[in-house]
Amino acid sequence: MAQIESINTAMQQVKERVAKVLELANKLGADSAEVSMSKQQGLSVDTRMGEVETVEFTNDGALGLTVYKDGRKGSASTADLSEKALHQAVQAAVNIAKYTSVDPCSGLADKELLAFTAKDLDLYHPANISTEQAIAIATEAELAALNSDPRISNSDGANFSSFDGFKVYGNSHGQLVGYPSSRHSLSCMMIAGSDDEMQRDYSYDVNRDFNNLKDPKLIGIESAQATVSRLNSQKLTTQKVPVMFRSDVANSIFGHFIAAISGGNLYRDSSFLVNSIGKQVFSSHLNISERPHVLKGLASSSFDSEGVATVDREIITQGQLQSYLLTSYSARKLGLTTTGNAGGIHNWYVSANGGDFKAMLKTLGTGLLVTELMGQGVNVVNGDYSRGAAGFWVENGEIIFPVEEITIAGNLQDIFTNVVATGDDYDLRGAIQTGSVIIAEMQISGQ
Amino acid sequence: MNVVEQELLTACQLDQDQLNQTLAHICARDIDFADLYFQSSSHESWMLEDGIVKEGSYNIERGVGVRAISGEKTGFAYSDDINPMALMQAATAARGIVQSGKSQSVKAFSRQQYIQLYTEIDPLSTLTQEQKINLLHEVEAHARAQDSRVKQVIVSLTGVYEKILVAASDGTFANDIRPLVRLNCSVLVEQNGRRERASSGGGGRSGYSFFFDVVNTKSRYQGYAEEAVRQAIVNLQAVDAPAGMLPVVLGSGWPGVLLHEAVGHGLEGDFNRKGSSAFSGKIGQQVTSELCTIVDDGTMVNRRGSVAIDDEGTPGQYNVLIENGILQGYMQDKHNASLMGVKPTGNGRRESYAHLPMPRMTNTYMLAGEQSPEDIIKSVKKGIYAPNFAGGQVDITSGKFVFTTAEAYLIENGEITTPVKDATLIGNGPEAMKKVSMVGNDLALDSGVGVCGKDGQSVPVGVGQPTLKIDEMTIGGIQ
Repeated sequence: MAQIESINTAMQQVKERVAKVLELANKLGADSAEVSMSKQQGLSVDTRMGEVETVEFTNDGALGLTVYKDGRKGSASTADLSEKALHQAVQAAVNIAKYTSVDPCSGLADKELLAFTAKDLDLYHPANISTEQAIAIATEAELAALNSDPRISNSDGANFSSFDGFKVYGNSHGQLVGYPSSRHSLSCMMIAGSDDEMQRDYSYDVNRDFNNLKDPKLIGIESAQATVSRLNSQKLTTQKVPVMFRSDVANSIFGHFIAAISGGNLYRDSSFLVNSIGKQVFSSHLNISERPHVLKGLASSSFDSEGVATVDREIITQGQLQSYLLTSYSARKLGLTTTGNAGGIHNWYVSANGGDFKAMLKTLGTGLLVTELMGQGVNVVNGDYSRGAAGFWVENGEIIFPVEEITIAGNLQDIFTNVVATGDDYDLRGAIQTGSVIIAEMQISGQ
Repeated sequence: MNVVEQELLTACQLDQDQLNQTLAHICARDIDFADLYFQSSSHESWMLEDGIVKEGSYNIERGVGVRAISGEKTGFAYSDDINPMALMQAATAARGIVQSGKSQSVKAFSRQQYIQLYTEIDPLSTLTQEQKINLLHEVEAHARAQDSRVKQVIVSLTGVYEKILVAASDGTFANDIRPLVRLNCSVLVEQNGRRERASSGGGGRSGYSFFFDVVNTKSRYQGYAEEAVRQAIVNLQAVDAPAGMLPVVLGSGWPGVLLHEAVGHGLEGDFNRKGSSAFSGKIGQQVTSELCTIVDDGTMVNRRGSVAIDDEGTPGQYNVLIENGILQGYMQDKHNASLMGVKPTGNGRRESYAHLPMPRMTNTYMLAGEQSPEDIIKSVKKGIYAPNFAGGQVDITSGKFVFTTAEAYLIENGEITTPVKDATLIGNGPEAMKKVSMVGNDLALDSGVGVCGKDGQSVPVGVGQPTLKIDEMTIGGIQ
């Protein structure tokens, strides 16, 4: 309890500082202004071969502000929070606003859309982990991995990190809100094999609440299993086959979809999904919902980065596009209303129709299971997709052998509308919660 | 007393004696090495989109990072406030990596001598705000004047003025002023409903005058605008890339991202100390075709990836990594060098005071060979010619690497023919480099745009190579 009181006191002080910066902006000539400030502290520990390698104490704070004057915009930020530096930053932002152009679409978010109070979404669970405990946790994961399989030949180390802090946002509509949050994570990466073929893979978990973090031993064992399962990887021949993206890489497909329906790309005509509201963009069994207020959610927030209140929203219903992802600026450019997505999405849930991982493999039948993607070969303007991949060759629903050094290619438009099934083997560790996803057919390039 | 010491020490109530005492406070435990890294930076960016200057921002940052090393262990803490108390707090936290042990000595400071590689001028002050705005407009106008199919233009300009100071228990005392500028032009072209985007840009450790320098009869900024439009127009005609294994001819300059991914990362000292790289334990062995000599060169004047001194105070160096195919050595920071019993190579770099240094590349390139680029193209019956790339990625353990084309063509019977769409190329670093069968005489460096990411830290880098041929690589096309 004492910790919650102390963070609330610290947050209150920052709120007062944010209010002062807003006042100063006004005094120095801004018509309106918005200020965000965050503080975060924590500990990050790396171990390797069961010994501590680095202990890093983090302590970050930064203030960013944007001012508007006569329809022009200027921004500044500073990590130095002394009164002098803050004054300098405000002055710099006001100066910049003399040189930028009048832009009728810029400005604060509309007042009636703002969240004037921050909901308690149960995001703050400080763990008070000592350095010794952190080392013990990382070591436990690593030793479990090293001892779980004789084919494990080396370790790339384990990391335990624990951070907590808060965000405060204020603007000259009188909004001044903030909330504390925490984040704890544990990861472990192993190496198997030697000279002729060396492979690495990892496992991790992340949670707002330390007590909900997966058992370190389990993370270690999973990382070892993932690594040895890649030994004796083969190339495939060049062919077209059905492809299943395992849940931990399936979120990347929806990541590309996010880029394609983001306001910034839409108003620039730089997406293959311009003018697609109401149109069939995914297979008709697929639904995507956004739920910003999930308790302990990794992407939960009751307001976005410009203070707009977030609300539950359907993005895809029966494969049809229901909503874009807009900020105030992109919404004004498109003649629409912001969707509260300044700064990104808030907890997406992809519907499942294909059962668990095993059932999904059965549905895949014979084809490629993708467990790793490499590179950024995705073009949102035209939907072209070409990425490096590794995974497993599957026959009749059974994993046969590991696969590497291949690419998979297609066009996102076809990939989205050819989703055969989505699993309920949800990966809960990110902003996009999805199970595995099967695509009817993609081009594999190998030998 | 220079301007860096004035700003980072004197103005913060610090002097050399106090730095020495702080290092002694850390080394009162059994600490092998400790260093203090002071940094201040100011950064500006301007963005023009479709005729209006939409964004402008100014950012200031400063702080101090304190590192304590004992054997393979490192303790690290930092503060975004530079003052005696904050420094001592960070020092106490960092030395906590070791609980006890006998006190280690701290050497008296000796000022590191080095060759200046770039101007000390604050780039932000090299143009007035009006001139910066005018430059943005001129780039846009020049891009639009190239072709009526240009529908949108985005131009961005950034400048950084950074001062750093390093003091270490081994007696290192060094400081550096690092300017960095960058200009980028991105265009969207449209023809018969088909849209393509492309961008081009450049920069270096210089003032903004860099963009007005005349190269090949035009200003650099005009060159960027023309290049962005040219690439976008080429891509309007692009057909699906082929799938499968084919010979690949990589153009000179920026395609050197191949070396960065296929070889460079795998030769960083930390991975090799841990034995996690596909190149571990291979010094003296043949790891590429004998046509390849690859260097990492931090000493190039005004280059984006150059370091007069690295972030540990070691002067930047010209390091031969691979000579005629034989692996010569790894890139090192002080910590990994000492654990491996070799000398640091001037590759200890960090994103900021709030990040730990590690072995990183500077400007990595392959030396020129003897063939003309025309002869290299002529030697290919059916393959791909790729003069431009987007980014890449590598798994240093398995050696697998990818990089994605931004401009590519089919080669048919020794001639460059149809442009093909962006495709990812995948290979295994050591294997692909053994298949380099021709190396051109046209070595070029990139235009100054490289950003390298490792363990969540970004640093500016350069790449380069002559035109070269790889006998076969997997092309991620769709037919």
